[in-house]
Amino acid sequence: MEFLRPATWDEALAAKAEHPTALPISGGTDVMVEMNFDVHRPSAILDLNRITELTEWSSDGDVVRLGAAVPYARIIEELSGPLPGLALAAHTVGSPQIRNRGSVGGNLGAASPAGDSHPALLAAGRGVSVEAHSVRGVRLVPIDEFYVGVKRNSLEPDELIGAVRIPVADGPQQFSKIGTRNAMVIAVCAFGFALHPKDGTVGTGIGSAAPTPRRAVEAEEYLRGVLAERGLWESGELLGPEVVQRFGELVKAAASPIDDVRGTADYRRHALAVMARRTLTWCWNDYRKQIRSAA
Amino acid sequence: MRVTFSANGKPVEADDVWEGESLLYVLRERVGLPGSKNACEQGECGSCTVYLDGVPVCSCLVAAGQVQGREVRTVEGLAGEDGELGLVQQAFVDAGAVQCGFCTPGLLVQTDALLAADPQPSDTDIREALSGNLCRCTGYEKIMDAVRLASARTCARGAEK
Amino acid sequence: MTTRTIQGQKNLQKINQASKDGIGGSPLRPDGTLKVKGEFAYSSDLWHEDMLWGTALRSPHPRANILSVDVSEALAVPGVYAVLTHEDVPGEKYYGLEIADQPALAIDKVRYHGEAIALVAADHPETARRAVKKIKVEYEVLTPITTEEQCLDPETHGYVHEPHEYRSHAYGNVCHEQRLVSGLGVTDEVRALADVVVSGEYEVGMQDQAFLGPESGLAVPAEDGGVDLYVATQWLHVDRQQMAPVLDLPLEKVRLTLAGVGGAFGGREDLSMQIHACLLALRTGKPVKIVYARDESFFGHVHRHPARMRYEHGATRDGKLVFADCRIVLDGGAYASASPAVVGNAASLGHGPYVIPNVRMHAIALYSNNPSCGAMRGFGAVQAAFGYESQMDRLAEALGMDPVELRQLNAVTQGDRMPTGQEIDAPAPVAELLQRVKDMPLPPPLDLEHLDVRTLPGALSNTSHGEGIVRGVGYSVGIKNVGFSEGFDDYSTARVRLEVIGGEPVAMVHTAMAEVGQGGVTVHAQIARTELGVEQVTIHPANTEVGSAGSTSASRQTYMTGGAVKLAAEAVRHELLERGRHRYGWTQDDLALVGGKVVSASAGVLIPIVDLLGEDAVEQTREHHHRPTVPFDKETGQGFGHVQYTFCANRAVVDVDVELGLVKVVELTAVQDVGKALNPLSVVGQIQGGCTQALGLAVMEEIVVEDGKVRNASFTDYLIPTILDTPPIPVQILELPDPHAPYGLRGVGEAPTVSATPSIVAAIRQATGKALNRIPVRPEHLTDTL
Repeated sequence: MEFLRPATWDEALAAKAEHPTALPISGGTDVMVEMNFDVHRPSAILDLNRITELTEWSSDGDVVRLGAAVPYARIIEELSGPLPGLALAAHTVGSPQIRNRGSVGGNLGAASPAGDSHPALLAAGRGVSVEAHSVRGVRLVPIDEFYVGVKRNSLEPDELIGAVRIPVADGPQQFSKIGTRNAMVIAVCAFGFALHPKDGTVGTGIGSAAPTPRRAVEAEEYLRGVLAERGLWESGELLGPEVVQRFGELVKAAASPIDDVRGTADYRRHALAVMARRTLTWCWNDYRKQIRSAA
Repeated sequence: MRVTFSANGKPVEADDVWEGESLLYVLRERVGLPGSKNACEQGECGSCTVYLDGVPVCSCLVAAGQVQGREVRTVEGLAGEDGELGLVQQAFVDAGAVQCGFCTPGLLVQTDALLAADPQPSDTDIREALSGNLCRCTGYEKIMDAVRLASARTCARGAEK
Repeated sequence: MTTRTIQGQKNLQKINQASKDGIGGSPLRPDGTLKVKGEFAYSSDLWHEDMLWGTALRSPHPRANILSVDVSEALAVPGVYAVLTHEDVPGEKYYGLEIADQPALAIDKVRYHGEAIALVAADHPETARRAVKKIKVEYEVLTPITTEEQCLDPETHGYVHEPHEYRSHAYGNVCHEQRLVSGLGVTDEVRALADVVVSGEYEVGMQDQAFLGPESGLAVPAEDGGVDLYVATQWLHVDRQQMAPVLDLPLEKVRLTLAGVGGAFGGREDLSMQIHACLLALRTGKPVKIVYARDESFFGHVHRHPARMRYEHGATRDGKLVFADCRIVLDGGAYASASPAVVGNAASLGHGPYVIPNVRMHAIALYSNNPSCGAMRGFGAVQAAFGYESQMDRLAEALGMDPVELRQLNAVTQGDRMPTGQEIDAPAPVAELLQRVKDMPLPPPLDLEHLDVRTLPGALSNTSHGEGIVRGVGYSVGIKNVGFSEGFDDYSTARVRLEVIGGEPVAMVHTAMAEVGQGGVTVHAQIARTELGVEQVTIHPANTEVGSAGSTSASRQTYMTGGAVKLAAEAVRHELLERGRHRYGWTQDDLALVGGKVVSASAGVLIPIVDLLGEDAVEQTREHHHRPTVPFDKETGQGFGHVQYTFCANRAVVDVDVELGLVKVVELTAVQDVGKALNPLSVVGQIQGGCTQALGLAVMEEIVVEDGKVRNASFTDYLIPTILDTPPIPVQILELPDPHAPYGLRGVGEAPTVSATPSIVAAIRQATGKALNRIPVRPEHLTDTL
């Protein structure tokens, strides 16, 4: 096994081109578990800790460009304004120590359906994209095209994740996750939700309840339609229990979970419906407050 | 490979490090600092918590090669130069927060970091900050007492100054 | 070899402590400073020059015949020093705690997922892991015998052990059995006496001790052909007793020294890596260290027996119990381990701390191809308590009675007889414990106006902002025996020496007691101070150079080895005072050692201890035997089987998100009679820790086994409570002395683990209205999505 320690991003991309089977490591919170438990023995480990720009973020007011290795702790601290859904998700990751090291880039690289970032990224909108860098250039992969299978993403072997581009929230966002204890849990299932009043859409993301993270497309469409048809974006009226219930059912229907040691498929579907209803209610209540105080 | 870094303020060097080794292994088996503990080696228990460049992390999940040229502070670095116990260490002893003690080194580092950031945390803040440090012996009550005691002593010391 | 120093042995050297604190005080732990400095040497911290790393090849199958094992490629890996199979075991091939039915390395077949087949010693753990992967094993995979129905039908499903291998202990796939009948038993006539009958079937999942310090140790080959093992264990002498025949060495050539122990809770009662490390060290001539990773730890030690229980209770209309009919089936897994003792406890304590005139009980442990189960905190009593306490709540509901009042109405007290016929001849304040726990103030109700999501079920996972939360309150009480029962003489030995060091009288206490975190070393020093009137006490490293201290289990160490220290210290005192009487002609019979002096109540200070001792040390060794017990009759279960009983009562307050099935325990109150609190700080710590393990069993902890395969051998999926899961645990202690015990004390560690689980489940039942017949309670149970 080789240990590659590039000092710059260009060196890192060159190393990845030369060693396409090298396993990138940043926070190590996934990679090192596999090393310690003898699950994985890559030909080489590619350490990205020296690439400082990976731990930086910037915003032009519309889009946050989040470096792949910005640790979750800093997302919680610095980005809960522009990226509230992702910040909530970040707060559910592992422990404080893990949040000091783990990053969205790692979640995307591992592409586990249980990764906590994914539902929040999906909910943040179809404008979310992953910057896939290589010596050949930069490719922008829309988040909806990023997850391709169980623990598989659409990166090419010579590509590294440089950053994620996420639209700044224009409405309330929420994130909920089920675990069978009150801290440090891998998601039994998770749900991200966002209201996007600017374009009149809503975003959803389902975690740990399908081979890949996925959005609940029909639920999004249903709610978008109801909000538009009834003029609710403008009026801020209550949604009513039927809409909330229906939304929950559609989210539930969008999942295709399995039974495993963490939970049953039935429970996952049930919990997704509950989380969908609750996160929608919280977001809508916040939105109503916002438009009332604006009025 | 060779890895050199600073451990508790002193330069250390490890040779013939296997590329898949963790910082925890290097500390425990190669540079004579076994205080950080190897309870789960998957980031679930916090027993191996150390400061890496001032940030508490699970040393089992840091690859050895990643600490090249960086600063590590372990439980062995919490006491004073003269061996006098640090404030958090003393509080854990005084409060009865140590039983088997295997979780203690990680808890001490994490508590040290908590009180450095917030000398007067609420009980819920303490619980959140320590939620990544498993203890199987105490039921955490004496650990809560220890952190509260350390907090009170930190504040008293601050008031004196 | 023996002249080399072993690094990291500091805590095995003498520990000095200056303090005036004797028994009843709460002096600080003598090992506390080393532990907070990171300098206390746990078994996994040991290091020796030229040391090799050992690791095991383990079976991926729960049941298979081994057709061949080829180690040649593994041996060829550079850096590999030895690869061993059962053919390399020099002595006895089998060992076991109570029944020698487990091979040191698998012979021709494997009986559980994770059974060790071969060993490798190499220069680096990674080298050893790579070599293990190169061992070629050809298996004939067989269908595992895993369910109660399969186990009890060996003609169809086969035998876990061939019947010709059995000693008298077993039949079919039943490893051990105990029946009990008291009063008239349970007949139609007896049933007719009851106005109300409730019955239920209950299940307990397989819990793990999940101590944080993994199994580990260092074996160093000695020049005399023997071996020195530095190891984390609960009982040095019984380890040695099992190891020596397998290593084909006389006992005296197998020397064990206790290294730092990172928790135990029963999981170190059996051997894990001890024989393996010694085999490799003796073969290679080099020191060998074995440290289990967390996944291997789950395969490397026994667990709490899962149980299926059927209970039927009858009572009169006014709530007096008339009969109890119980059947408890414990899955012992592949090897016997402590199954017989677990069955004995379940059978003799399985009706709870209640007066029941007519009882019928049948408890069995099965052999299966599931993981082996054995000792874990509260063994046998924990499982049963979930059954009988669930029944008490069910009965209270059927009778329309308050559940605490129903328990109090039927509670045992001193002078009552257990269904074994054994009279409870010490205080048994069960009704009072319940009253006290009920009278403690309740926590404030959930404040919906000032919610902190971190305090709700789900906490940081942000699942509720108050929606769906229902509070519940539940009560329970439990009974546990202290010490080893059924005729076993689990004596303890202590050596106490008093001498002048640096102008001060210093007591040295030497026992083989395994300090696993419980604070025995603190208590031993306190006893020596109290009995000898000195301040300085040195605790000698625990090893096999002194007689057995028995196991650090069954809540017995303070009673048994503490008792031995007391006896030895009293003998030292007696000899010292005799010396004074002889030398100075003292005639007073009111002499004591206080504050470093010989003091007469009538004549005042006679002489400083230092002057009386001079250059001559006084040393005495004593064994402490508890009063004898007898085995239970196999058919009737009658007999004076237990040394001491201990009781704890709990109240649990929970918030349940009834829509999502998530639970947050808000408060868990405990009231326990400890006879005499030798160290109140440690006593409270034991009770709080015991309650927390019970909380884990109630709502999250289970080793999931499917068709004999362990599905969650990691801390990612075997969840134990975090500090955010654990509530405030207010504790009240009662001190009603037991006249038969040293200082009147009562073992502390297990009772709360027995009693607390049912209170939490009762509280969840109250919040949800669900029956909840299985623990751990999962979200699926609360949302009907199983």
